[in-house]
Amino acid sequence: MKIFEYMGKELFASFGIPIPRGRVCRDVAAVRQTVGELGTPVVIKAQVLSGGRGKAGGIKIAADSSQAEQLSAQLLESTIQGCPVTALLVEEKLTVDQELYLAITTDPTNRCLVLIASRHGGVEIETMPESAIVRHLIDPSLGLAPFIVRDVVLRLGFLPRSDQSRALANIMQSAYRLAKEKDAELVEINPLVCSGEQFVAADAKIVIDDDALFRQKEVEYVDESTMIEQQAKSLGLAHVDLEGEIGVLANGAGITMATLDLINHYGKSAANFLDIGGGAASGVVRDALQLVFSKHPKAVLINVFGGITRCDQVAQAIVDVKRQRGFLAPVVVRLVGTNQEAGQNILQSAGIEALTNMQEAARKATELAV
Amino acid sequence: MSIIVNEQTRLLVQGITGNQGMFHTEQMRSYGTKVVAGVTPGRGGAQVAGIPVYDSVRAALAEQPADASVLFTPAALTKDAALEAMTAGIKTLVIVTEHVPLHDAIELMAYASLSDATVIGPNTFGVVSPGKCKIGIPPNSLFRPGPVGVVARSGTLSYETVANLSARDIGQSTVIGIGGDRMVGLSFSQVLSDFEADQETKVVVLIGEIGGSAEEDAADYIQTMTKPVVAYITGKSAPSGKRMGHAGAIIERGRGSYGSKTAALRQAGARIATLPSEVPELVSRELAALARDPFYGLIWPSTCPDYTDPGR
Repeated sequence: MKIFEYMGKELFASFGIPIPRGRVCRDVAAVRQTVGELGTPVVIKAQVLSGGRGKAGGIKIAADSSQAEQLSAQLLESTIQGCPVTALLVEEKLTVDQELYLAITTDPTNRCLVLIASRHGGVEIETMPESAIVRHLIDPSLGLAPFIVRDVVLRLGFLPRSDQSRALANIMQSAYRLAKEKDAELVEINPLVCSGEQFVAADAKIVIDDDALFRQKEVEYVDESTMIEQQAKSLGLAHVDLEGEIGVLANGAGITMATLDLINHYGKSAANFLDIGGGAASGVVRDALQLVFSKHPKAVLINVFGGITRCDQVAQAIVDVKRQRGFLAPVVVRLVGTNQEAGQNILQSAGIEALTNMQEAARKATELAV
Repeated sequence: MSIIVNEQTRLLVQGITGNQGMFHTEQMRSYGTKVVAGVTPGRGGAQVAGIPVYDSVRAALAEQPADASVLFTPAALTKDAALEAMTAGIKTLVIVTEHVPLHDAIELMAYASLSDATVIGPNTFGVVSPGKCKIGIPPNSLFRPGPVGVVARSGTLSYETVANLSARDIGQSTVIGIGGDRMVGLSFSQVLSDFEADQETKVVVLIGEIGGSAEEDAADYIQTMTKPVVAYITGKSAPSGKRMGHAGAIIERGRGSYGSKTAALRQAGARIATLPSEVPELVSRELAALARDPFYGLIWPSTCPDYTDPGR
């Protein structure tokens, strides 16, 4: 779960990481008041979850109050990369002497968290050579012990025992504590601005592990999915909206992706990615199928290899939908696995063909999608 | 020989009294797996499918020695269950549970390292040595014993592959799911190394997918293997997964895409199937080549007529 910059900065503040003076504003009146408190110039930042916000015009600088109000009004009516802007973070403009990069994230190859830091923060960090990047794999039993952090700060080129080194070390340890206490997959400060002797987190990108939300109730829930994706989530399904013409329903992420690949192979593309997961009962499958139809695809491909998922349950759902609402588009069904025979009988008695070969089913669906 | 599990493996089931636990215990038992005990704290004294249930792993092991444990525990409780098993001396854990919190996974894997235990998963369908032992959830009827090792991230896509192989009378030595999560215990490379050392396994099938760098890491090991590897990578046309900002990009450094994975695997000498249906054909060719020339494996791939050298 991504959280907004202003929420990330609130967390930083609570963990002792310095942030710019500022306030989140949802209307022009609030902007006016905030500018009154901060003085000018101010930075106005659209609070959206998409990346590349700056390049998309989501960050503005206002030299005076009326400019701030004008820019804010424009931003609040806009969308940045498909995300409607409903909040702005209005902050003091920092004097930037240096921009560093600091992040705590996961390293799956080494099965642990990793600290990544660089003296070259800002938008160009991804193109920096390896030599410009300091990494440290964090052993869970050691955490970010003081000697480790001292070493990283040294490798970044800061003088030992200086105020700057100490401040930077504190920020690193605070970021790590935050990552652990808030179950974060990512805590990224880019840029970490050096302003005189002070370090200030000019941006905050925090991603909370979705699987840990049950124990992170204090963090406000942020939903960036589309309407259909939200409906799917409430059914316990994984769904992604796509642009193509064939609706897809399958069980398991791998086989769903393989289904998309096959559709692609035959020259068409998928309208969605819908993984009903394992063990879905007929009620869930029925709702899932309705969801797929709601995108008005030209054809629908159902590809189920039932392990824990039972074919008779899936077949019953398909037949229920046909009887109650009718199919809004031609449906191709491939159904194999647990209770296969029972499932195929149910389909056949409702006049629905039950295919067993995945590739053939994909080809048929693409032929029907006209 | 098979890898990781065989006909001797004695299995504990943690979370045995849950819906999944109960259903799959019965399935594993009927496959012939030696399920010796189950654990659900507070339900000691009960029985599931004739298997005695205990309140703790220690209590279970005191009466029923076991080598491995399969976990069907709720996600929030899985780390605790895994640590309990490892401290009691279990050396092989198969975590079927999905949605284990990331930080919990990191901690339990770190402990596994310290206690020299093997963690398979989380979010895995399990491990099956056909004819000998099944730990996990795949349908019993899919498998045949034979010379092909299969290792995969995806569950249902593995079933698809195994079904296709079995339909062509190509049997499997061991089929193992390393799990669908980005952060998993046993890696592709470790499994490949086990297959390389296993006498029963002649050809290996690797089923991968976009995201992360597991396949690129595997390619490094495949370079050193004598046994042929057939790989299928899915996700060529999938929506791009969530990119964790610059940090994700720095970690992945251009790896993670379909192109990057297939290039790395090809470079390492693996045969790439572009569709799932191509896998049995490619495997069949490798088995035929081995049958013709027993030394094929040692000086492969340069002698393989189908191999096109991309410039090595």
